[in-house]
Amino acid sequence: MPSPHSAVSGTSPPAHGSAPPTTRTVQKATAPTEPAAPSAKPLRPSVTKNAHPGAPRKRPRSRFHVPRGVRRASGPVGLLLVWFLASTTGVLPESVLASPVDVVRRAVDLTGTGELPQAIAASGRRAAIGFLIGAAAALALSLTAGLFRLGEDVIDASMGMFRAIPWVGLIPLFIVWFGIDETPKVALVALGVTYPLYFNIYGGIRSADAQLIEAGRMVGLGRIGLIRYVILPSALPGALVGLRYALSTAWLALVFAEQVNADAGIGYLMSNAQQYFQTDVIVLCLAVYAVLGLLCDFAVRLLSRRLLAWRASFDGEGA
Amino acid sequence: MSTTVRTHVEVRGLSRAFDDKTVIDRLDLTIRQGEFVALLGHSGCGKSTLLKILAGLDSETEGEVTVPERRSVAFQSPRLMPWLRVWRNVVLGLPGSPDRALAERYLAEVGIEEYAGSWPKTLSGGQAQRVSLARALVREPELLLLDEPFGALDALTRGRAQRLVADLWQRHGCSVLLVTHDVEEALLLADRVLVMDGGRIAYEAEAGLERPRDLGSPDFVRLRGELLHRLGVHDASAPRKEATT
Repeated sequence: MPSPHSAVSGTSPPAHGSAPPTTRTVQKATAPTEPAAPSAKPLRPSVTKNAHPGAPRKRPRSRFHVPRGVRRASGPVGLLLVWFLASTTGVLPESVLASPVDVVRRAVDLTGTGELPQAIAASGRRAAIGFLIGAAAALALSLTAGLFRLGEDVIDASMGMFRAIPWVGLIPLFIVWFGIDETPKVALVALGVTYPLYFNIYGGIRSADAQLIEAGRMVGLGRIGLIRYVILPSALPGALVGLRYALSTAWLALVFAEQVNADAGIGYLMSNAQQYFQTDVIVLCLAVYAVLGLLCDFAVRLLSRRLLAWRASFDGEGA
Repeated sequence: MSTTVRTHVEVRGLSRAFDDKTVIDRLDLTIRQGEFVALLGHSGCGKSTLLKILAGLDSETEGEVTVPERRSVAFQSPRLMPWLRVWRNVVLGLPGSPDRALAERYLAEVGIEEYAGSWPKTLSGGQAQRVSLARALVREPELLLLDEPFGALDALTRGRAQRLVADLWQRHGCSVLLVTHDVEEALLLADRVLVMDGGRIAYEAEAGLERPRDLGSPDFVRLRGELLHRLGVHDASAPRKEATT
């Protein structure tokens, strides 16, 4: 029957086309504490109105409980153990892959001679400079494209086109343009950093919730105020995802770049080791790249936790 | 109502079309100063569009609209900025540096001052809606526009929120336009109830009932039956049924 009754009941949960994350979480959090039907209230007398709705609800734990940290560590530690056993029993000859013990020994040696710290410093410098240049470019481009229609038309199509070019393939061109010293290496890192940051920030700006923008206009925010209090904060989660991608890309770009005529850095150590079949040094260098990447990732995650404290997050189910 | 009532909102011949589809069609509307007006209508009848026009959020219109300078809106969803603390949401957009004491005063008025330093994500739906009301009131609006602000709340919370709005209105003395599709809500709160249909005000009823209002009083039941009839619902024989939303 096409009456207001059916219309009323049909629209009672707000039908937002794209509900903002907060609205969804608020409703999700409301559900257990404030049941929609009054008759359902007495069924949950223990759930008080003031119970913190954002607090995670834990499942009952099973009898046998392994701490999460141990469970997470079991995979990598197991792999190391297999590798160690394969090396000591001779299944894995040293010419193919050095044993983990050799790698650690080599790490101590190279640290003692100062070669490893110097290499890390040289590579870190390249990565940092390249990252800063790429991040600055990405920020400028994404803000221009995200905030201005003209900027979008000019920049976004070009970025889409350039992204189709695999950036690693630009190494020969960069060598032609910039020679073979530091510049092409830094440029490659900068380029690798620019794309993920650009697309995530731009996407974040463009996904700003129209309803929040309307509310911002209603409380009297001008254009600058809207950008500062509504648009940029809503782009922040995307920007941080972009930052994680960008940092891992920075190290990846560095690996490629340092294969070209490096006279310092981790890549230089690695190509030297290749000439003398020192698989322990090669493995060591790979491990250093990995550790540096993990450290960056960790830093971004710390940063995210600080900057996105306002966001309801999902930590996964289970104990 | 005193005799020296000023006209606060004056709408003459207002039209608004979206892609050739006329949503508001030469509509006339008057709201007196301090009056509480409820606007009823089916979903999609243009009542929210009218509210947006009065709020100044939609200007692609024809016709004359006169509204007071200071206007506030409470939307159906609270629309708080999730990245700002509750108190910061309340005073967002006010000139000058953010005044936490001011925000807390208004949060106290809607009864949730203890959440001033919380993130919006930690609030329940009803609490978030209260913050949204505090944000609307902190601007001391002359005209308060409410766009189905109780629509997403459960029945118990809704009752509390309705009483709160009635209190706030009496304390602040602002004019209120409440858009709703709940006949009882309209009759509980408003001085005057309008029914919108076909892009115009199709019917209007003075709700000259005593406050606080009694859902069971004969006048209330009669008015409700009349309004339901105007909305095209013919089940006055089952008078309590429309409470279930």
